[in-house]
Amino acid sequence: MTAFILKRLGIGFATLILASVVVFSVMEILPGDPAQLMLGMNATDEALRALRNEMGLNDPVLLRYVSWIGGMLVGDFGNSYTYSSPVIELIGERAIVSLPLAVIALLLSTLIAIPVGMFAAARRGSVADTSVMGVTQLGVAIPNFWFALLLIYVFAVWLRLVPAGGFPGWENGIWPGIRSLLLPAVALALPQAAILARVTRSAMLEVLGEDYIRTARAKGMPRRIVLWRHALRNALIPVLTILGLQFAFLLAGTIIIENVFYLPGLGRLVFQAITQRDLIVVEGVVMLLVASVVIVNLAVDLTYAVVDPRLRTRA
Amino acid sequence: MTIESHVPEDVPQHWLRQSLTNRSFVTGLVITALIAAMALISFVWTPYDVTNLIVADRMKGLSAEHVFGTDHFGRDIFSMIMVGSRNSIAVAIVAVGIGMGIGVPLGCWAAARGGLVDEALMRFNDLVFAFPALLSAVMITAIAGPGAINAIIAIGIFNVPVFARVARAGALALWPREYILAARAAGKGKVLITVEHILPNIASMLLVQGTIQFALGILAEAGLSYLGLGAQPPMPSWGRMLFDAQTRMMVAPHLAIFPGLAIVITVLGLNLLGDGLRDVLDPRLRRER
Repeated sequence: MTAFILKRLGIGFATLILASVVVFSVMEILPGDPAQLMLGMNATDEALRALRNEMGLNDPVLLRYVSWIGGMLVGDFGNSYTYSSPVIELIGERAIVSLPLAVIALLLSTLIAIPVGMFAAARRGSVADTSVMGVTQLGVAIPNFWFALLLIYVFAVWLRLVPAGGFPGWENGIWPGIRSLLLPAVALALPQAAILARVTRSAMLEVLGEDYIRTARAKGMPRRIVLWRHALRNALIPVLTILGLQFAFLLAGTIIIENVFYLPGLGRLVFQAITQRDLIVVEGVVMLLVASVVIVNLAVDLTYAVVDPRLRTRA
Repeated sequence: MTIESHVPEDVPQHWLRQSLTNRSFVTGLVITALIAAMALISFVWTPYDVTNLIVADRMKGLSAEHVFGTDHFGRDIFSMIMVGSRNSIAVAIVAVGIGMGIGVPLGCWAAARGGLVDEALMRFNDLVFAFPALLSAVMITAIAGPGAINAIIAIGIFNVPVFARVARAGALALWPREYILAARAAGKGKVLITVEHILPNIASMLLVQGTIQFALGILAEAGLSYLGLGAQPPMPSWGRMLFDAQTRMMVAPHLAIFPGLAIVITVLGLNLLGDGLRDVLDPRLRRER
């Protein structure tokens, strides 16, 4: 168990280091001078040179890499070239939009997909099962931004239940904020829920064929308890794996969805920063996203051991 | 495949019968063929010329002349969808090609060599999977400049580890088999064994994965085009049409409906084809349905 955890931790750490080298190198070879960007086209040569020195742009590459990494470890992501405020502040302002969005989407998709997948598996071959599978097949094929447009048309333009886009900020109360995150969350959750329901169903079908399920039923345990207590727990491993992988898709999905709904989140921040060549913001956000993907997948690996005691002894 | 080897004379007929009775396979094949035909026909004929802007006809609803209506420049939406399909298909095909062309040799190499090479490939996979694909695609296209070619490269790069993983897993399962051992005993080199014995046996897995990645490629291309990073106007693309539709949705919802449906139907067809192929080609992997 300890060996297993240590190995996973080591791999996660190595991945993060490699990723930071990749991100840093990509930003390094990109054209564009941050000093020029900050001072504008009419800046004098002396001013540019002074600013470059001050920002440490003339230091050797290795030194800049180390100070960049070291800074991030203590929460100093540098200062944005275009917003002239610390990157960490920008990230904080945007994360309070993106994080709740991702959490609501994840909750929605999990709460819908797992019961639906279990239901379909329990009634395998029935009309209900076939239609659920048909709907999920469709759900996988629908691009989430198109689904978002349809949602906007129906719920914002036509029924006027929720705003079509924008974000009022949390300072006006929790409910207005949640309300403007609802449609984006549903749009994000749809393809995830469809995939998750399919995975849950096939994992459940496999488990339901096991002897211990028959034993539990034979000794008179109600069907529902067998499904939820015995079968679900054993079917959780593939479901957890997919949930972990989906987290990365969810993060990436926010780039498009936040653009559809004009939400001031991390996805929109990084998208705008890329187009404005605000590289230090891009570096910071990308590293943060990569780190969260690595950590979530690490957490999923470690939960395996909790869910399946057999894995605890294996390294 | 073990069952088929007992009755070799039945194999082709058996295969054909299985495919034609598989509902997913037939539905998927028909949809995919229709979309491909639409793209091919668009080279020689479209109902209207998509480069011809007739502003007087802008944003017309559905009619006999314009079955799906017209867009904000008065272009026929059905013709735009026909021409746009070329772009979607071309980007997805080349992206899958890049992924297979680099990923499969890498995966086979890692499986054959094992040890350090294998470990390095796995870490490379971990690394690429740590970057959310769409985020990186946005970065690549934004850095290299928007356009169909850069979209292809961005999507293609993320297909490499997918195919490397599938090829490696398939090859690893084959290497301990007796017939591979026999081939090695007969003095065949690892390259020859990979080409003659491993590749034909993992081809069906790769084909199935190829269809899935094809569908994902179409979705990714649509996403990039929607963000303005894919094919550039005046070249019609489904994602771009949806972007143009968004601000005009209050007055003309049909602008958003049809390009979206085109994406959904294409992706659905490819996914069904992939499911069907898996059932037909590899009964051992058949999922419960």
